[in-house]
This record gives sequence, C-alpha cells and structure tokens, in this order.
Amino acid sequence: MTTQRTSGRRKQALAAAAAVAALLTTAACGGGSDDGDGGSKNGAAGFDAANNKVAQASLAKKGGTLKFGAAQDADSWDTTRGYYGMMWNFARYYSRQLVTNKAEPGKAGAELTPDLATGLAKVTDDGKTYTYTLRDGVTWEDGKPITSKDVKYGIERVWAQDVLSGGPTYLKDVLDPNGTYKGPYKDTSADKLGLKAIETPDDKTIVFKLPKANSDFEEMLGLISASPVRQDKDTKAKYQLHPFSSGPYKFESYNPGKDLTLVRNTSWKQESDPVRKAYPDKITIQFFSDANQLDQRLISGDLDLDLNQTGMSPQGRTTALKQHKANLDNPVSGYIRYAVFPQSVKPFDNIECRKAVIYGADHVSLQTARGGPVAGGDIGTNMLPPSVPGSEGQKYDPYELNGANKNGNVAKAKEALKACGQPNGFKTTIAVRNNKPVEVATAQSLQASLKKIGITAEIDQYDGSQTSGIIGSPENVKKKGYGIIIMGWGPDFPSVQGYGLPLWSSKYIQQSGNNNYALINDKTIDGLFDSYVNTLDDAGKAKIATEINHKVMEGAYYLPFVFEKFINWRSDNLANVYTTDGYSGQYDFVNLGLKNPQK
Amino acid sequence: MLAYLIRRLFAAAVMLVVIIMVVFGIFFLVPKWAGVDIALSFVGKQADPAAIEGVRQKLGLGDPIYAQVWEFFKGIFAGRTYTGGGDTIHCSAPCFGYSFRSEQAVWPVLTDRFPVTLGLALGAAVLWLVLGVAAGVLSALKRGSLWDRGAMVVALAGVSLPIYFTGMLSLAIFAYGLNWIDAQYVPLEDSFGGWFGGMILPWITLAFLYAAMYARITRATMMEILGEDYIRTARAKGLKEQTVIGKHAMRSTMTPILTMLGMDLGALIGGAILTESTFNLPGLGRAVLDAIRNQDLPIIVGVTLITSLAVLFANLVVDILYAVIDPRVRLS
Amino acid sequence: MTELSKTGAAVGEPTGASPAPTSFLEVRDLKVHFPTDDGLVKSVDGLSFQLEKGKTLGIVGESGSGKSVTSLGIMGLHTAGQYGKRKAQISGEIWLDGTELLSADPDHVRKLRGREMAMIFQDPLSALHPYYTIGQQIVEAYRIHHDVDKKTARRRAVEMLDRVGIPQPDKRVDNYPHEFSGGMRQRAMIAMSLVNNPELLIADEPTTALDVTVQAQILDLIRDLQKEFGSAVIVITHDLGVVAELADDILVMYGGRCVERGPAEKVFYEPRHPYTWGLLGSMPRLDREQQERLIPVKGSPPSLINVPSGCAFNPRCPYADLPKDDVTRTVRPELAEVGSRHWAACHLSKEQRERIWTEEIAPKL
Repeated sequence: MTTQRTSGRRKQALAAAAAVAALLTTAACGGGSDDGDGGSKNGAAGFDAANNKVAQASLAKKGGTLKFGAAQDADSWDTTRGYYGMMWNFARYYSRQLVTNKAEPGKAGAELTPDLATGLAKVTDDGKTYTYTLRDGVTWEDGKPITSKDVKYGIERVWAQDVLSGGPTYLKDVLDPNGTYKGPYKDTSADKLGLKAIETPDDKTIVFKLPKANSDFEEMLGLISASPVRQDKDTKAKYQLHPFSSGPYKFESYNPGKDLTLVRNTSWKQESDPVRKAYPDKITIQFFSDANQLDQRLISGDLDLDLNQTGMSPQGRTTALKQHKANLDNPVSGYIRYAVFPQSVKPFDNIECRKAVIYGADHVSLQTARGGPVAGGDIGTNMLPPSVPGSEGQKYDPYELNGANKNGNVAKAKEALKACGQPNGFKTTIAVRNNKPVEVATAQSLQASLKKIGITAEIDQYDGSQTSGIIGSPENVKKKGYGIIIMGWGPDFPSVQGYGLPLWSSKYIQQSGNNNYALINDKTIDGLFDSYVNTLDDAGKAKIATEINHKVMEGAYYLPFVFEKFINWRSDNLANVYTTDGYSGQYDFVNLGLKNPQK
Repeated sequence: MLAYLIRRLFAAAVMLVVIIMVVFGIFFLVPKWAGVDIALSFVGKQADPAAIEGVRQKLGLGDPIYAQVWEFFKGIFAGRTYTGGGDTIHCSAPCFGYSFRSEQAVWPVLTDRFPVTLGLALGAAVLWLVLGVAAGVLSALKRGSLWDRGAMVVALAGVSLPIYFTGMLSLAIFAYGLNWIDAQYVPLEDSFGGWFGGMILPWITLAFLYAAMYARITRATMMEILGEDYIRTARAKGLKEQTVIGKHAMRSTMTPILTMLGMDLGALIGGAILTESTFNLPGLGRAVLDAIRNQDLPIIVGVTLITSLAVLFANLVVDILYAVIDPRVRLS
Repeated sequence: MTELSKTGAAVGEPTGASPAPTSFLEVRDLKVHFPTDDGLVKSVDGLSFQLEKGKTLGIVGESGSGKSVTSLGIMGLHTAGQYGKRKAQISGEIWLDGTELLSADPDHVRKLRGREMAMIFQDPLSALHPYYTIGQQIVEAYRIHHDVDKKTARRRAVEMLDRVGIPQPDKRVDNYPHEFSGGMRQRAMIAMSLVNNPELLIADEPTTALDVTVQAQILDLIRDLQKEFGSAVIVITHDLGVVAELADDILVMYGGRCVERGPAEKVFYEPRHPYTWGLLGSMPRLDREQQERLIPVKGSPPSLINVPSGCAFNPRCPYADLPKDDVTRTVRPELAEVGSRHWAACHLSKEQRERIWTEEIAPKL
C-alpha cells in the first residue's frame, strides 16, 4: 500500500490539525450567515426545530437540486442488499414497498402506512395469512405497471443470499424457516416465482402465507428489502449499480465512492403515492473520505445535509454548536452503546460479578467519553431503545445508573464482588474495536473505574473491520478471555424483535457472526419472544417488549452507557424537515424540500 | 547501453512477478494463516451461511492456493470469470480482480481514478521541481544569507507540516475564507478551467511539501558539487560563472534530483492518500482509503499492484535516465 | 556579478607608486588569508617572485605550505565562485604581462583564465567533469576564447590530443574521462590546458596521482610542450625530484612563506635552509639503499592560524638553538641573499650553514 511521506506522523498530525482546524473554521465562517432567528424565511429553523417535529413545512417549493454529502457510501444501493439505516431511508426515493413508514415526525414516523398497497394487510385470525391489493397507477420508471409478481420476485431475491448478500433476512427466516426455496436464480419454474409462501392470484393481489405467525411480519414488509424488482431488469449482483426505479426518482449516474445523481422519474404519478412529496427535481450525493471536509462543506452551505446521519465530526460539531446552532438538531439515534459480559468467560458466569462491574462503573464518565449529554446521549439505564414500543426510557433504571449510582457505587460493587466469591477483585480483558476512538475512550473510562473496586482490566483493541470473526466467534471470545466487550446496537425496525432478537435469543447464538455476545440462554426470554410473534395487538406487543427488557436487565448481562444522540446538520435552504423514529432519528429524506430551488 | 537496458528490463520483469506473488500472499495467504475468514468481511450484519458460501465460491477461497495464484495471474493477462449462486460475472483482461462490494471490476476503477492522481502528481511535480530547485540553488549560492536562512526555515516547515494541516489551512483560507477558489474537483474533460481551479490548491499543498524537500536536497547537493574539482577546472577554463553553475554544476546536481523525482512520482501515482482525502479528489489514493474502510479487498489489491507497478516503472525510468545523464553508469 | 567585483575591490588597491615590472610574471608580497571559525588562516603570507617566459619555476613544499593557494591566487580562483559570507582576503600584487590582476576587472581576469594562463590539476579524474566527453570539455575550453564553430573546435581538440600523445585521438575524443587510464587522463587534461596556447601554465602536482612510470612521461611531455610553446611554467610539487630536471628556478615554501629561492642547481647543490635540507633528505633516489635513503623532516607542518613566533620552522629545526639570544623563536628571519639570485630566510650564520651542509648533510645524501 502506498502512503505519503507524512503518514508516519499521521497521528500527531491529526491531533494538531484538529486543534488548528477548529480555530480556522471558527475564523473562516464568521460572517455571512443569518441564523439565530428561529424559523426565518431563508435562514435556519432553529436548534432542534426539526427534532420530532416538522420544521418549515410550508416553505418547501417544488424543484431544485437537493445536495447530500457523505463520508460513507451505502453498503449497497440494491434494495435487497442494503442494511445501513441511511440506505433504507434514501432508497425510498427510488423504490416503493407494499407498506412503509409514515411520513411523520417522531414516533408516528415509525408506524406503517400503505404505499403500493391500497391499505394495511388483511390478516387472518391465526396471524398467518396477509393479503394486500395493489394501488392503481403504480408504475416502473419505463411506465409499465408494478404488479404483484414484481413484488414477489423482489422479495424472492432475499433467498439468493449467495449472490445478493448483505441485506436483512427476516423475510426469508419467517416465510421459509427451513430454507426449502433456493432463490430465484436457482428456481426451476418458468416464471422464477417458485416460492410457495407467496401467492399472486392476479396482478393486483399478493398473499403471504406464514408457516408460523409473526406479529412483526408487516414491519418486515416495510423494510426496503421487500421492494419489488422486475425480473427483466434484474442484473443480479450488478443491480446495485443501477436499481430500476419504482419511486419518484431514478438513477441518472452512480460512481461508487464518488457521486450519485437521481433525477425525476417522469412515469411516477404523485396521485399514486400517498407518502412521497418529491419536492426537488434532482438529488445528488457527493462522497468524501474525510468527515471534516464534509462538515466544512455543510457549514459553508455547499451541501444541504449529511446522508450518513451519524452526527458531525468533533471539530465540525464544535464550530457548528458555537456559530450555527440554529442549523442543528439533536435527535436520539435509536442506538444503545453498551458493554456486554460473555458468560463463557470466568468469572462473568456469575451474575454477581457482572453486577459488580455495573455498579462499579462511573456512568457520568462513560457518558462524557461518548461525547457528553448533547453529542453522546442520555445515560443509558436499560437495554430497550427509546424509539421501540414498550420502552420506558430512563424511567426504568433497575441499577440506578442515572440516579444514586451515577458516579459508580464502590460499596455496592464490593458487596457484589464478595457475593461472587471474588472479594479482592479479579483480572479480565476489555475487547474494543480499534477503529472507533470513542469506544476506546469508553473502555479506558471503564478500566479506570474498575480499578477502584479491584478489578484489573486490560484493554485489547482488535481489528474493528473483523468484528464478526473476532467477537462474533464465541470460541475466540473464550480463548482470548474477553470478559467485557464494548459494542452498540440499533433496531432494524422499531420493535423488540427488530432490536433484541439477535442479541438475546438463544437461537441466535452462532459460531461466527454471533451477536448474542452474552450467550444468553434463558428459556423465559426465548418464550417471551415466541409469544411476542404470536401477539397481534400493539398493546400486548409493547407489554412483552417491556417484559423482555426487564428480564435482560435482571440478568445483568449488559452495562448500558448511553441512549445515543447525534448532532445533525440541516442547511438554511432545507424545508419540511423532521426526524423520524422510523429511521432512528434521521431526517425523513423522501419528503425534504428546498426553500429556494435556484440556490 | 543496450545490454544495460536489457538487463534492467529483465530485472523489472522478474520484480513484476515477485510483486504480484507478494501482494497476493499478503492479502490472501496471510489472513488465511492468521485464521481470519476473508469471506466473513464481505457479508452483512447477520451473516447468512449461504452468503458466506457465495462469497467463498466467487472468490475461489476454497481452491488450493496454487490454483488461486494461477487464477489471479491468468486474470491479469487473459481475463477471468467468477461464478457463484447462479450468477456469472465476467471480468475481462486485464483483470486485476473484481470488487464484490461495489460490484465492479477493479481495472475500470483504476483507469477511472488514475487520471485524477496522475494530474495531481504531475502538476504538483512541475511546481515543486521549479520552485524547489530554484530555491535550493539560490540558497546554495547565497549560503548564510537572510534569503538562505529564510528559505531553509520555510523548507523545514514544509517538510514537517503534514499535508493534512497545510491542506486544511489552504482550504480554510482560500476556499472558505476568501472564497477565491471553488475547492471542487471537476474532471478535465468537463472543463479545463474548473479542473485547473479545483487542482490548484492540491497542487500547491502537495508541491509545498515536496518543494521543501527538493530545496533542501538541491541546496546540499549544489554546495557539495560546487566544491568539486571539476567545477574549479571549469572556472580555470575561463567560463562565466553562470555557465559554471547553470551547466557544469546543475548537470551533476540534477542526478540525485531526478532519481528522487522518479521515485516520488512513482509513489505518488499510487495515490496521494492524504492530499486526495483532504481535497476530496477522486483519485487512486481515495479509492484505496475508501476500500480499506469498506473492506473492499480486491480494490486494495488492485491499487497496491498498480502502485507497485508504478514504482517499478519509475525505477526503470530512473535507471535509464541515470544512464543517459551519467555515462559511468552505462558500463557497470 | 556584483559580488565578485566587490571582492576584487576588497583585495586592496595596488600601490600606485609601485612601477610595472619588467618580468612576464611578478608576484609581490602576496597574502592570501581565509577567515574561519577558529581564526584567520594565513595560507600565504607575503610571497614574492618573478618568472620569465620560457622559464620554469618549481614551487616546493609540504602540503599546507601554501603552494596550491598561491597558484589559485594567480589564477584568480579564490575570488571567482566564492559563495557565502567568508571570502578569502587577498592582498599584494600579481602582474601578468603588464597587467595587475588583483585590481583588474574580474571579468577581464576571467577572460585571461584559460587563454593567457592555464592550469593542470593534481587528480585528472576529479578535475574532469564525469558527465562530458573529453572532446566536449576541450571544445568548450577552446570556444570560450575563440569564436569558431564546433567542427573547427573539435578538429583542434583532436589535434591537441594527438599532440599530447594520445593514440587514436579522433576516436578517443568521444570518450568519457572514466574510460581513460590515469596517465591518458592527465595527457587529456594537459591538452585541454594548452588548447589556447597559454603564456603561463601552472601545473599543480601534475604527477602525484599517477604511477611512477607514467610520471616521467608526463614530465617529459610538459617539458617538450614548454619548449614548443615557449610558455612560462610553474610546477607545484611536494617532491623535489619532480622539479629536479624540469625547473630553472626553485622556490621552497614553508608555512605560507618563501624560505629559500634560487636557480635549481643552487638549491640542489648549495641549499642554504635547514628545511630544504630536510626536503632533499626525504627525496627518494633510485641509486640509494632503502634504510639510509630517507631523512625525513621531523614533526608536523605548522598551524597556519597560530604560526610559531620567530622562524616558523623553529620547532622542527635541529639547529634552532645555534643562533644566540633565542632569535629563532622571537624574530622572523627575512629572505637574505646568500649567493647570486639565491635567497634564504634563516638565522643561522653563513658559516654555520655552509659547515652543516658540507659536513653533516651532503655526505648523507
């Protein structure tokens, strides 16, 4: 690999540059902006003006170019393969689903609303049959109508994991748990629609027959991976370079890692789509390698917003908070950042030792390491993200992490250690990804507070790009003695299943790519998940979610750090902006508009 | 001279084969020995076994090592076909691999990114060569003067300040502060003016680092050469001082400078990672940076190979240039 | 270049009173001093001599005695191309064919270099530019002073190479210095020096870097050429043997000053300075036995910054205690005539010197 002469000094250089750059950006952006006045016609809407509420909806005009910037390209723009939240959000520009998230701010944005379908599913009493009818006038970018068969084919592609890897596989797991269907590319039937669980009696009707009920099934159909794909336009692995559009915009050009341009899909009709407003004429993404560079361009007004929606970089954030606060929103991301204790590593097989760590940790200092209350988030007190139905937020705080034990409780921790049979403490290893500086900082904070209760923790920074092979392998975790693993997790869709199933279900313990790091094997939790999928009413589902959360917390498998928050940038020119729980606190891309299309 | 050329070319060809083997070894064999499953890093959040198997098939990870190396070699000269899961992808020669992340052959990515990096490297090289050598010669002739000291302080700053810093500084001042330039890359074929405007800051930033280095080397070399006997001879002939410096001293001074230039250009063509990322230029450096972040192994391998080839080629050119400049080399 | 003319002016105006000399080359009270961090290095400190056309002067001394500095001073090479703050301080007068060089316009001196006065250097390998062919370098030397085309100059170069005895000159003219043997290189160097028929030729240790067998050939060549061109020649060497047959006059230098000067036969057969005796004693002679051959001068050359007071040679002189009142250590001896056109600077009395020479030194030689 090549580097320039400076690369050896890079670390130092970055630190120096960060300091000076902060100064410079301050100097460089002093004049010219007119923010401060919340909601001015051409200025910024005000701090947190778009967080869980709509900012400046009436100012959105038709036309113009909406400019995204991003430090990270999508994992894939193929509707079947994408897994990044921002990809699901952005994919609504060029894809439609039977049902999708409501175009509303906050919690309501996580609720489903009909899209291609005329209404939400007609579900049979046993919860095993879902029937939809397609809307009139829904078309592909070449003007041909979207049929139920296109929807079925699109969903079938999830089965072709060997070619189209990367996306969520919920639909496959629910519709074909035994994996009898081999996917459309190995399908021997003439129309390649051999999946038995989906029926298309006519072009307008689609029927899903589940072998076992799952109360989140409709949520899964709201995922981008349930988008229709037309068979004659399926270029298999290469589909991600130019997905065929069913939404208001279509691909004009895409150069991976460089830029992406969407233009209006002239075949799309506004009256056929109750969700998408489609204000701008054109949507562009410019990709950056350097997050600071991106922030600089956002602040200078060249770009409208960050596609990644993962918060600004530290120095961009500092400048923006000081001088352009009205351009910022501070939403909850849906992610929980935490430490998890693999039970295979002694003495974490003993619940008391796990509790000792939970009590002994300094939660304020962990929060500070994550970036403090604004950029980091509120102190996490349990394991259910605030956006998931059934969450009680900070109200449920079984270990008083945001209360009496905020700064760590040495006495209680020592008590727990005694109960664990390790009154003098013990030695263990904290595993942390080496490519996440913030996580390394939390590991160091944790290490410091554990020292006070006699637990000597060594920090092992492993190759962050090899997560699935290193901490995802229970065998390796045991071998390396990773008693504490620093991680984070966000919901695929806002439900306890969409968040916690891979983390807490014993069925999800895998030999590689494992996410149940704690190796939780609790019949009660497994049972609760089973009854969850069979419970069809929302109140009942929320109740079970709460119960699962309580069980997990009582097991003391996790030490939550924060309910994560981000600082996201919104340009002066953006209108009809709001964050939605449907996409973990991101702005709802598909309905963004511009105040001044000429700009 | 001809024998020398043939020897060099042969050595380069051998090196080429060795480089391909080593690169292949580093990226495919070392992880294997280290027990890292490459296939795993190509699949998503919840690794489906079928997905892992698919990647394994397409990458040919199940094949014996010699077969993998052979396929890799063959791909470069004859093209290659990847098959897996009912999908067939053809990667035509020269196939430097296929990125399953971005679903594109590596070679087109390289050829797409290469002109950007080449433009950056060549433009900066012209700047730094002119500035660095001129400053170095002047410093050597006026050694100890205010000019010399000033120039050497600036040069020291240039050598020690990282591109990241000077780049951000120039951007903050000229692009965002004074608004003189739109720091936006525009392809040359779209607009020469736009391209030039977008490249000027990267050129200056990169050239600053190298010009500093070249000024120091030029100064030191020039001072050493001026002490040579043959310079005294030139003066004893009655040559004007301008001719002594400009012809006799410069010719010798340029030898190490040209060697350095060749090597630096070779290395830069592999991608000026920091410059490209600071100025968001879609060149090879950014391609490899993104590839590292995205675990896009084939792109990393491709860029590494191209870089090695560029350095190899630069070496060859330097060797030949050397022989042209220095007649003594032709014999050895 | 303004720098250069400044240096020229700084050298000191020639005293208007001193009359133009009658000799072809006359050096009067030449001083060449170099300021350094440790102090002023007085490389040449008051040297005077004359040389006529067609005659050869041998300047002899150890390294550091100021021989080479003197020759470079005559060529004006201390002032040309001196970069940096510390410039050589030169004073005195150098008259060449009626022109005083130190006060002359530097560009005029430059035009004299290579044409009126030329130089042969010690190590022809390092003195020739490695990147240019012999022919290119001779052609260049010729064309600086002659307005001729390259073809003509090349013919002249081949002619010169032929004259200095290089076989197949029309082929060798295109060779590079490294393709020549040591002796051939020095021949080429001589060819280059003589290409403009200079009136004054300075040969600085012309044979030191060469094999013994080649040395004699080169010396023969210089002598033949001198006869042919009628130039004045200065041969600089640390080896009296080199100048024994070549020189008409010999000048012995020690510590930047002349200690003995006179016709060659006088200096060889009636030397009047203990240092010259030492040099003669250390001269290799083929007709002598190995062990008694060399009587080296004991001790090391003097520091040119802190030159010993009195006679600079006194710390090494075996006879320093002979004169009374410790004069050798307090008073600097001036050159005094010891014979016809023969001078020496020594505190020993005439008798003492004659006695020591005839009784102690000469028999051992």
